[in-house]
Amino acid sequence: MLEFLNQIINGLSLGSIYALVALGYTMVYGIIRLINFAHGEIYMFGAFAGMLAITVLRLPFFLALIFAMVVSALLGVVIERVAYKPLRKSTKTAALITAIGISFLLQNVTAMVMGNNTSAFPQVFDQKVYDLGGIRINSLQILIFGVTIVLMFLLQFIVLKTKLGRAMRAVAVDKDASVLMGVNVDNTITITFAIGSALAAAAGVLIGLYHIRVVFWMGTAPGLKAFVAAVFGGIGSIPGAMIGGFAIGLMEALVAGYGGTMWSPYRDAVVYLLLIIVLLVKPSGLLGKNVKEKV
Amino acid sequence: MKKLISLLVAFLVIGGLAACSATSEEKADTILIGVNLELTGDVSVYGVPERNAFEQAVSEVNAAGGIDGKLVELVIYDNAYDQAKAVQNTEKLIEDGVVAILGSATSGMTMAIAPLAKENGLVVFTPSGTNSAVTMDGTVVNPYVFRSCFIDPFQGQVLANFASNDLAASKVVIMVNNGSEYSKELARIFTEQLNKNGGQVVETASYADSDTDYKASLTSLASKDFDVLFIADYAKNAGLIIGQARSTAGLETVKIIGPDGFEDPQLNDLAGGAQNVSNVYFSTHFSSLSDNQKVTDFVASYQAFTKAAGKEEPASVFAALAYDAAYMLFAAIDAADSTDPQAIRDSLESLPAFSGVTGDISFDALHNAVKPAFLIELNNGVAVNATIVNP
Repeated sequence: MLEFLNQIINGLSLGSIYALVALGYTMVYGIIRLINFAHGEIYMFGAFAGMLAITVLRLPFFLALIFAMVVSALLGVVIERVAYKPLRKSTKTAALITAIGISFLLQNVTAMVMGNNTSAFPQVFDQKVYDLGGIRINSLQILIFGVTIVLMFLLQFIVLKTKLGRAMRAVAVDKDASVLMGVNVDNTITITFAIGSALAAAAGVLIGLYHIRVVFWMGTAPGLKAFVAAVFGGIGSIPGAMIGGFAIGLMEALVAGYGGTMWSPYRDAVVYLLLIIVLLVKPSGLLGKNVKEKV
Repeated sequence: MKKLISLLVAFLVIGGLAACSATSEEKADTILIGVNLELTGDVSVYGVPERNAFEQAVSEVNAAGGIDGKLVELVIYDNAYDQAKAVQNTEKLIEDGVVAILGSATSGMTMAIAPLAKENGLVVFTPSGTNSAVTMDGTVVNPYVFRSCFIDPFQGQVLANFASNDLAASKVVIMVNNGSEYSKELARIFTEQLNKNGGQVVETASYADSDTDYKASLTSLASKDFDVLFIADYAKNAGLIIGQARSTAGLETVKIIGPDGFEDPQLNDLAGGAQNVSNVYFSTHFSSLSDNQKVTDFVASYQAFTKAAGKEEPASVFAALAYDAAYMLFAAIDAADSTDPQAIRDSLESLPAFSGVTGDISFDALHNAVKPAFLIELNNGVAVNATIVNP
């Protein structure tokens, strides 16, 4: 039983990361119906930015985290303005292919600049293990979970309580009507990209610290899994992405912990199998709205 | 008319052949040796020192007048730890007319190029490919593949003996990389030998090669009763596992043993700092802790050579193995009195016991090196002790 609770904690730490990345997928999809496949690379970029902020700029961890979030938000904005905005009136496929192209571009530029070897992420905290009656929690796991929860509350606040959030929700519901109501659609979309990218960067820095390494391809698998999380929760739904992220993290930990030699190496396959089942049973995801498209 | 055309074609073909033989005669006063290594990518820490050692050996032998009066020249290609590139490199080396190929550093790359080497009758000499299948072609030995290192089963055996005898451990748990032949074979042989010694593998946890989160597996292992954790993998994954084990309740100080893949300057960084790398032991082919004259000489000369080449490096096990491989190949060419690839192969196979910096090396019937092994103890990330285990 205690081992099970420990596995839950492992799953929640990993799930936090997926949830943060999934939020960016779901927000962008919600607002312009684009699956931004370059999002995993923003996460990777964020991890590198955080690492360089600590090693080169000598910033303390939390400043480095904020630095990485700001730089990645800027990158997200540049990508949106340069690559996606000109395509807003073209087909969805064109934008999707562009997103995949941007993903390759970011990976290869990173490999070129930072090298294609694994770099060690500096260990800025002494890891401590807290024992709560047999349930052992590592200080880094608390940090990851804590930062994630704070960022999620912040996001919910922005989306639900501010004028900007109202504009985002309005654009998501009906872009043309929002224009008529005086919403600056372009700026709203840009800010959505900035927020999503900042969240992914935070996840990248946290995973760098947790897994002690960064490498140019590190965004691919978590990016795909976060996408699965977003679809699982109902793409377009912010609470759905959070739930989806935690669910995928928990599932991975449980498969790896209890799958034995037989199943644990295939935990990723289990995650993708889950996506297929969810799509078959509930195509709009857990919290997704079932919107019929008019023909 | 037809006859005239075929005559013309025949002339062209003969002309072409003549041109070919002319170019190979031009190179007759140098011996071209191909190098096919992992110089970038995940395992470049193995490939780069091997290239350095090859270059050092070549510069030394050339300074001493070459082999039978002919200078040695290396043709070096990077395979970036990618099987397709390793094969392409081999094709290029064959076109370049090399007499033998040194490399690759890993078993996977060497096995990828072995069929091509056999087809073209060219020796492939790997310094550090330790998988037992490397020198095999199905169930028989591949006549063209050799190595200067001992093989995975030997390491699994030594590690099991070390666990049973030196660490007095009877219960062991294993972490296995399910995507790696190296890892799976080590675990299999280790388990066999440990059972023979009267010990027991309590649990084996598997993971995929691309995994970076091992917390769940480690938490599961921590609930078992055992003495030693065996991580059968390269530093790329093993470093992360060591770091994550040290922050997993119950595994903070557990003894960890591993194969020669632990030998990696990045191990401490990947483990989250040197303070996490204590009570860690690994088997290896070479240790600069040794006070053997050959070893100390090599350590000094390698450092001097890399310094002169621009990037000073301490001598690693990969450098030492590569250095021995290069000299064994030179000895074989010298003994063959020929640069014919087939003669070199025959001469290498019958080479008498060679006294290198990694010990006295000879080949068994399967072209595997028979030689002593070192078991290194790491304390705070630093090698503090070496126990020698003879075959």
